[in-house]
Formats: sequence, structure tokens, C-alpha cells
Amino acid sequence: MTDMLLRTGRLSFAYPERSSSLFKRAAMRELVKRVDLAVPRGSVLGLVGESGSGKTTLGRLLVRLLQPTSGGIQFDGVEIGNLTEAELRPLRKRIQMIFQDPQSSLNPRLRLGVTLTRPLQIYGRLQGRQDQRDRAAALLDLVGLPTGLMDRYPHELSGGQRQRAGIARALALEPDFIVADEIVSGLDVSTQAHILLLLRELRARLGLTMVFISHDLSVVRVLCDDVAILQHGEIVEYGPVARIFNSPQHPYTRQLLSAIPLPDVEPGWLDDSSPFFLSHQRGSAA
Amino acid sequence: MTAVLAVHDLHVAIGERGRAANVLRGASLEVGAGEVRGLVGESGAGKSMLGRAVLGLLPANAVIGGGTILFEGRDLLAMPEPERRGLLGRRIALIPQDPITSLNPVKRVGAQIAVTLRHHLALSKRAALERATELLAEVAIREPRRVLELYPHEISGGMRQRVLIAMAFACDPGLVIADEPTTALDVTVQRQVLQLVERLRQRHGAAVLFITHDLGVVAKICRTMTVLHAGRVLEEGETADVLARPRHPYTRALLAATPRADRPAEALRPVPPALIESLWSEAHRLDRLDVAGRA
Repeated sequence: MTDMLLRTGRLSFAYPERSSSLFKRAAMRELVKRVDLAVPRGSVLGLVGESGSGKTTLGRLLVRLLQPTSGGIQFDGVEIGNLTEAELRPLRKRIQMIFQDPQSSLNPRLRLGVTLTRPLQIYGRLQGRQDQRDRAAALLDLVGLPTGLMDRYPHELSGGQRQRAGIARALALEPDFIVADEIVSGLDVSTQAHILLLLRELRARLGLTMVFISHDLSVVRVLCDDVAILQHGEIVEYGPVARIFNSPQHPYTRQLLSAIPLPDVEPGWLDDSSPFFLSHQRGSAA
Repeated sequence: MTAVLAVHDLHVAIGERGRAANVLRGASLEVGAGEVRGLVGESGAGKSMLGRAVLGLLPANAVIGGGTILFEGRDLLAMPEPERRGLLGRRIALIPQDPITSLNPVKRVGAQIAVTLRHHLALSKRAALERATELLAEVAIREPRRVLELYPHEISGGMRQRVLIAMAFACDPGLVIADEPTTALDVTVQRQVLQLVERLRQRHGAAVLFITHDLGVVAKICRTMTVLHAGRVLEEGETADVLARPRHPYTRALLAATPRADRPAEALRPVPPALIESLWSEAHRLDRLDVAGRA
């Protein structure tokens, strides 16, 4: 049996919808439904789905920014689904998240060096100002950024540099597990490829275990070992990347794969007589 | 045969704190009748600026340093302003990138389409709403009458984009400029939107300049393409030729850096930073020659 760093069992999340009346009980809206995942140590799992599929909610459950409504999350053998914030605290340094939008997830009023070492400061691992600068330099170096950037503010950086900074901050506490939520979707192709290869290299070098959330299957193929396809909060297909891409079983996976425009000229791709076009229109209002 | 759109040697600079930064450095391209041309480039390439120059929507601090923009044989840059304004929205239309900010949040969808129709085609209020219903049906919106009564926040992102496409084709334009209209959409919705653009283009007989950073999208919808970097055209031709046999190293590098769902991870090659650097230094060298030439 492979050593699993993370497991979920029938993991679910729902929130009450706004009730139509004060006296009626609000209906529950299920965003994540009975999800079973098993992420081996040192592997990368891709979570793929379209907007509204629940992939971001699932990611936030895994790092326990949200509390599951039912079901469990085992991290390194410990059930963390129902831990309180205080009980979670020792685990927090082992579990990190890289956010989608580095523009809004880096504090605009702090120099980069301060932002990057803030997690170390919170855990009391900084010994004075010189130590802070050394640590910041090492982190910048780790993600391929010039160490001189530690004295800059986020707005002075390019989009690709900001995303690298987001990665560096997540690595500050040397976590075992990272959830990365759509971290390359806003980037140009040239920058995107650099970030993907950086993540691949860091993963090999640091032995990271990752969950990589994306709406883009092509990107997932570059980085992930396994992939789970999410639709309306449920996993419809789950398996090794090569298997899913070479012989997708579920119709939704096939639909997602066929909708990706590959950079090859393909007459007929735009024919709107394709059965998918007609079927997808149903219920697309609102 | 004259092209619907012929941009020739266009120079545009943007003023920044008293200094001007060049964003287009002698860019040229043509879009023929019934043609869909892809304008490809990464952020900062100047592709949106070129589109905005054609639409007369350059930012206030932009300066056109030279060149011509011929629409159906007439130079938009030499035309009296009222005449040019008469063309915009009617003969030259835009499908904008962001369907959320491009619609007025406090006006119903129907009223927003109707205002365009009434302005350009002098329709009565009733006739305009009637036409708006037809247009929504044309972009595959079911129950168009109900959707006309809704506000933009009440419909999905894909549907908002379809409303904007309907508005762009509302007055049978000769040229539609599509500025990254599918960037924010999921792949399945993106495919629908591309299908719609193609269908409406054929039906209305419009030429399209399709601005995008996605070579996959270009491959599927554009017959011809132009690759832009630092405001210069690096390569152009039939899409099938350019993608199969790219001549410029930058086009080759972009293709190699595009992740493909049909190929294993090892195939991915990032764009060499040295290539980007050399392209920029060449662009800056041209700027200095330009300044020296004018002095």
C-alpha cells in the first residue's frame, strides 16, 4: 500500500440558501458531495472542473479554511475535519495554499521580503533583521527571483514575478502539502510554462505533495500524476493522468477534452451541429 | 480586391510621466472580406492597442506617430471626427473582453441592445425591442423575451458574452474586432462562443479581427494570423502554414510553450528569456533609430 499523505472520505460541504421566509427552514445548497480522494506522499493531484464545479470549495476544505458539513479529512493519519482553529495551529505550518490572484493576495503595503518571511515570524522562527533578510533571499532564490526584489512592493513586480512570490511565501515554512488554486490561469503562455516547470522542479527537490486546482486540462497534464474531474461538486472521473487523457470514460471528461482548442487547424471543430452544442444549451440560463 | 481593413505602418506611443513609450512600432496587417484574422501576442505586445486604434478608442494619453488605417478604402485617421463616429458601432463593431464590465449593471439587457439599434438604425422603441428579440434568438438564447427583461447580473457569464456578440452584429457591421472575448470563459462555453462568432460572421458577412493570446483559439477560428511582439509584426500568413511551419523563432517558442492536453508533460518548452530580451532590445534599437531619423 502506498503511503497516503491526504485522504478524504465522503467529504461534503453545504451551506443554507437564503430562506424565502423567516419561519421556513432554509434549503441546503451542496457544493461538495461525498468526495473520496487519496493523495500519495510526493504526488500531485489535479482537480479539474468548470466554474461552479466546487473545485475551489474543495481546495479550501483540504487546507481547512472551511469546515466540512460531513465526511472526513485525514492528513498524515490524523483526522482534521473537525479540529478547532487552536487544534489546527500546529498543523497549519505543514499545510499551505497558493492563491489564484497574487495581486490581491500579497499585501500591497509591505515590501516583498517582509511578506515572504511573515509566516516564519508568526511561528517565531526569525532571529533578528539579518536573519529575516537571509531567509527572504533564500526564498526568492528558491523560486528563481533576483534577491534584490525583497525591497520592492508587489505593484513593482510583473504578474509572473508576483506568482513566483506567492509560491515562495507558501514554501517559507517548508510545508509537506500545498494546495494551488488556479495559479497559472491569468498568465501569458511564456510565463505560464516557466511557472509550471518551476513547480515541477520544486516538487522533485522538496518532495512536496500538491493539489493543483485548474479549469485547464492541458496545464494539469504538465504537472500532475493523478487527476480528478469535478462536476456539480461530485467527482465523475478519477485516475492517473495518462489513463484519463488517453481513454476518458465519463462523457463529461470527454466533453471537456474535446472542447480544448489545440493549436492545430481542424476543419469542422466549430460546426455547431455537434451534439454537445445542443445538449449544453439546455439549462444554461441564469 | 481591397481589404476591409488595412493597417499600414502604424506607430502609437503612450505618454507616461512626460515620456512617451512606444506600443506600436510600424505594425501593418490586412483583413480581407469574409476573413477572420487572428492577432496573436502576449501581454504588452500591443494587440489590444491596435484594435483600439482602429476603433478610435485609444487612451487619452496615446499619440499616433504615423501610419494609416484604411477601412473599406478610406483612412479612418484622416476622416473628420463626426464621420468616423458614424462608422463606429455600426460599420465597425467591438466584442469586448470582459462581459461583466461591458454591460451597464443598472439597465435591463433589452434596453441596452435597443439603445444601439435606435441610435444607428433609427428604429422606433418597439421595432428595436422586436429586433433585439431576434438577435438574442440568433445567439442561441432560449426565451429571448424573458432575457430582455433581465439585468446583466441575473444571467451567466457565457450568456452575457452572447448578448455582447448579438450587440456587435446588430447593425450588420463590415468589420468586427473581437478583443479576447473568450479569455474569462470555461472551455465548453468558449467553444460555444467561438461557434457563435463564426455563425454570425457568416450570416452577416463581416470580416473579423480576432485578438487573442491563445494559439489554440486562433487555430480553430482564424484563417489567417499575425504574430505581434513589442508592437512589431514578427510573422503573418495562413494559420495552417504558420502553425505547421512557423518561420520566426518567437512563433516557434510560443508553440513549444503552449501546454497541450494531447501530449505528455515532457513536450513543454518555456520561451527562452534570452529570445524575449533580444526581441525587446531590437525594438528599443529601432526606437533610437526612429528618434535619430526624425532629429
